Amino acid sequence: MKIFNRLLAGVAVLSLTATAALAEKLTIATVNNGDMIRMQKLSGDFTAHNPGIELEWVTLEENVLRQRVTTDIATKGGQYDIMTIGTYEVPIWGKKGWLVSLNDLPASYDADDILPAIRGGLTVDGKMYAAPFYGESSMVMYRTDLMQKAGLTMPKAPTWDFIAKAAEAMTDKKAEVFGICLRGKAGWGENMAFLTATANSFGAKWFDMKWKPQFDTAPWKKTLTFYLDMMNKSGPPGASSNGFNENLALFQSGKCGMWIDATVAASFVTDAKNSTVADKVGFALAPDTGLGKRGNWLWAWSLAVPAGSKKVDAAKKFIAWATSKEYLALVADKEGWANVPPGTRKSLYANPEYAKVPFAQMTLDSINSADPTNPTVDKVPYVGVQFVAIPEFQGIATAVGQQFSAALAGTITADQALKNAQMLTDRAMRKARYYK
Amino acid sequence: MATDHSRLAGRFMISPAVLLLLGWMIVPLSMTIYFSFLNYNLLSPGMEEFIGLTNYEFFLTDPAFFDALGNTLLLVGGVLVITIIGGVGLALLLDQPMWGQGIVRILVIAPFFVMPTVSALVWKNMFMNPVNGLFAHAAKFMGLEPFDFLAHAPLFSIILIVAWQWLPFATLILLTALQSLDKEQLEAAKMDGARKFRRFYYIVLPHLARAITVVILIQTIFLLSVFAEILVTTNGGPGTASTNITYLVYLQSLLQFDVGSGSAGGIVAVVLANIVAFFLMRMIGKNLEA
Amino acid sequence: MARKSFNMNKVYFTVAAWAVGLLIFFPILWTILTSFKTEAEAIASPPLFLGFDWTLENYAEVQERSDYFRHFWNSVVISLGSTLVGLLIAIPAAWSMAFVPGRRTKDVLMWMLSTKMLPPVGVLVPIYLIFRDTGLLDTRTGLVIVLTLINLPIIVWMLYTYFKEIPGEILEAARMDGAGLWSEIVHVLTPMAVPGIASTLLLNIILAWNEAFWTLNLTAATAAPLTAFIASYSSPEGLFYAKLSAASTMAIAPILVMGWFSQKQLVRGLTFGAVK
Repeated sequence: MKIFNRLLAGVAVLSLTATAALAEKLTIATVNNGDMIRMQKLSGDFTAHNPGIELEWVTLEENVLRQRVTTDIATKGGQYDIMTIGTYEVPIWGKKGWLVSLNDLPASYDADDILPAIRGGLTVDGKMYAAPFYGESSMVMYRTDLMQKAGLTMPKAPTWDFIAKAAEAMTDKKAEVFGICLRGKAGWGENMAFLTATANSFGAKWFDMKWKPQFDTAPWKKTLTFYLDMMNKSGPPGASSNGFNENLALFQSGKCGMWIDATVAASFVTDAKNSTVADKVGFALAPDTGLGKRGNWLWAWSLAVPAGSKKVDAAKKFIAWATSKEYLALVADKEGWANVPPGTRKSLYANPEYAKVPFAQMTLDSINSADPTNPTVDKVPYVGVQFVAIPEFQGIATAVGQQFSAALAGTITADQALKNAQMLTDRAMRKARYYK
Repeated sequence: MATDHSRLAGRFMISPAVLLLLGWMIVPLSMTIYFSFLNYNLLSPGMEEFIGLTNYEFFLTDPAFFDALGNTLLLVGGVLVITIIGGVGLALLLDQPMWGQGIVRILVIAPFFVMPTVSALVWKNMFMNPVNGLFAHAAKFMGLEPFDFLAHAPLFSIILIVAWQWLPFATLILLTALQSLDKEQLEAAKMDGARKFRRFYYIVLPHLARAITVVILIQTIFLLSVFAEILVTTNGGPGTASTNITYLVYLQSLLQFDVGSGSAGGIVAVVLANIVAFFLMRMIGKNLEA
Repeated sequence: MARKSFNMNKVYFTVAAWAVGLLIFFPILWTILTSFKTEAEAIASPPLFLGFDWTLENYAEVQERSDYFRHFWNSVVISLGSTLVGLLIAIPAAWSMAFVPGRRTKDVLMWMLSTKMLPPVGVLVPIYLIFRDTGLLDTRTGLVIVLTLINLPIIVWMLYTYFKEIPGEILEAARMDGAGLWSEIVHVLTPMAVPGIASTLLLNIILAWNEAFWTLNLTAATAAPLTAFIASYSSPEGLFYAKLSAASTMAIAPILVMGWFSQKQLVRGLTFGAVK
């Protein structure tokens, strides 16, 4: 009987909350990265100012999130009012008219304050379809103590040759110190993000102006053999299954001399609570080969409203809050400047307080040196630095990534990997009817 | 023996299950078949057009297809061998008198309760990682070079992870079967002086035949569609070394949102699965009679 | 003499079984231990077994971030609901297949199993479209329906094999006594089949509890079960082993406890002591 009463009480409470939910409820799909989780924690500030709006969070791992929101928006499922998407999705979805334009955010939002490189990546035909929550590029993170021990000095803008030389000099396999840690796990957002950006700096490209795949060209061969040589000489074991997280763990536990990856990693590797090398990290721009393009990418996790949402106004209100200057100040106030979501606003980098953060300037420089609308040495028909903004890219690049990952594991040669990559990209492009 | 009346009742009782499954099968399946003839990308709605067998052609001529086919069979076969041999052994062991039997049982059964994603993450990061994993630490402790499981033995590693998850299931089913074994018969065989191995081979094993059949059939169904473990650990690589059919379909349909190809792949997978099932039934189906 | 050797055997078996049991359980134990470490300790080299500062901060953080109880409750409703509905449909079907087999029974059985072989990724889009149009997206009802259907073949199958073990003579005898069909099922068959039904029930709850494709893809916030809860802790940026371990422990603990209490039932399953 007691249990029954409890159940009744429970039902009563549930129905009470149901009535309270007459307020507008926004369902927000977001990725489980640290900055978003902080946003969720701080969202009480938003609901306090907007009593009519309730927030419901769906926090998912990146791949699952992407699969969920893409299925939902493409089928007009309408499960989410706000979606967290990246610079890959925005140009494709925006062109299809799947997103609500955010050009009419209030003047106080100051859209002109958004970094031009980022804003450009989120704008289609003059309309901004998503507001950047944080932006990132990639850069070199290195151990200052190991660099000194090797008798070398990291320039502000190193070349790939220097990186290879330094990696070899820093490697001490007996002490489990590996000169260079890079992504090797197959995936379009894993090893292919790194390799595509790197290929840009070697003068390679995915497609020519007729959308023909270019893996049979010399620059790609140079890119891949350089990467393989360096990783085999100075990389950690098991590199072919290392993604961002695996490398982060390696770097934080002091096993990498250098790591070239997302700029947001800077705040993790300098965080004394989780990193054993927090006070020994230096930063430099992603390397180049003197051809005019550096090997850094550009990405922005952004908030967008799917077209057809019935709660557009409330959703816009939330987005204006989460990507505002005030939100940055709120985070700085509660958690310190180092934890502010980086890479979106000029005013943040003009702030003298923020300039004290060790990686602030290098992040800004890296972002500014990436150009998604003009990513390669030669002219290409596509947008995107570490990706090609066409719907087919995720599948193709993951399959190509498998080939390159196999080459890194040593099960096939670089030539075979490139040949396979060329063939399977050609098949996919023919199937998708880019050419006959 | 059965009367017409009970026959009719039998039809009647079986029908909800059959009708429901029929609906579950026919509706999505016919939609899938229909989609498989279309050039249909989820990201380009409104552009669907009939393209005949092109999707099938591309799926079947995909160089990854035969690798995936082989990997699928290896994965299913490998896990079945490990779980059945291990399961029989464990069931025999757990059937013996011992202290703390209940606790040991729950220890053995526990992996079955772990969600596939979680177990894959745990194995990948905390055990098989060649730098931070426990296996690497153990190897270094013994003065050996740590082995890079996921790069050099990707399929084997996945078989190991999946087998760990399914071993409890096999053990459980076999143990229950073992406990219904007629103990008197065993005692009688003992009296006759039958050796342990002979007792096992002529009495225990035949008794377990049906349970083994159940294990094989049910596991095969789940093993044919192993997916989360691959996605989390190797992403199907290096190369196509650990890509199975399900993962290949995933590459087509969810990563590329190419519903047409994904559907064609799905249909191919169904056909293949049914072929496997057909042979399986011919090989072991007789155990289900009786 | 005989008694002594029996005891020695018991010692051997105990040692062997515990060793194997602990070996198999070790990954889970390790996960639980890791959940009490800090992130830095979780990747420490050499690994720390017990000598670390036990902390509950991971659990606190997980609790702060997600509404564990709601996910948990969704998991309970979905796995229990789909199992019960499934049993309700499957018991009559399995009964008639086992005791009134027709010429096509085996084919039907086989066909049922083959429905299970449709790879979920291949049919996601059709199902999603149907769910959208029927308003079942992100509802527990929708998930109960899907999980019932995907596990129905397994339930029918297991029940069928269990029912097959029940000797037909007993049913014949009941029929002689003039028992109707319904009372035959309720009074004769069911009691004998309880262990089999119970272990089917438990196994199916576990399968439904761990099902991670449909539960993830057809839910957003309201109906999301523990699989979605886990998906928000797997591979974020930054170190996550300890938090993932805490979340995993929370996700598997309920079913582990259930397994603990029901393991006798689970294992008894096929023992028809009363019959033989």
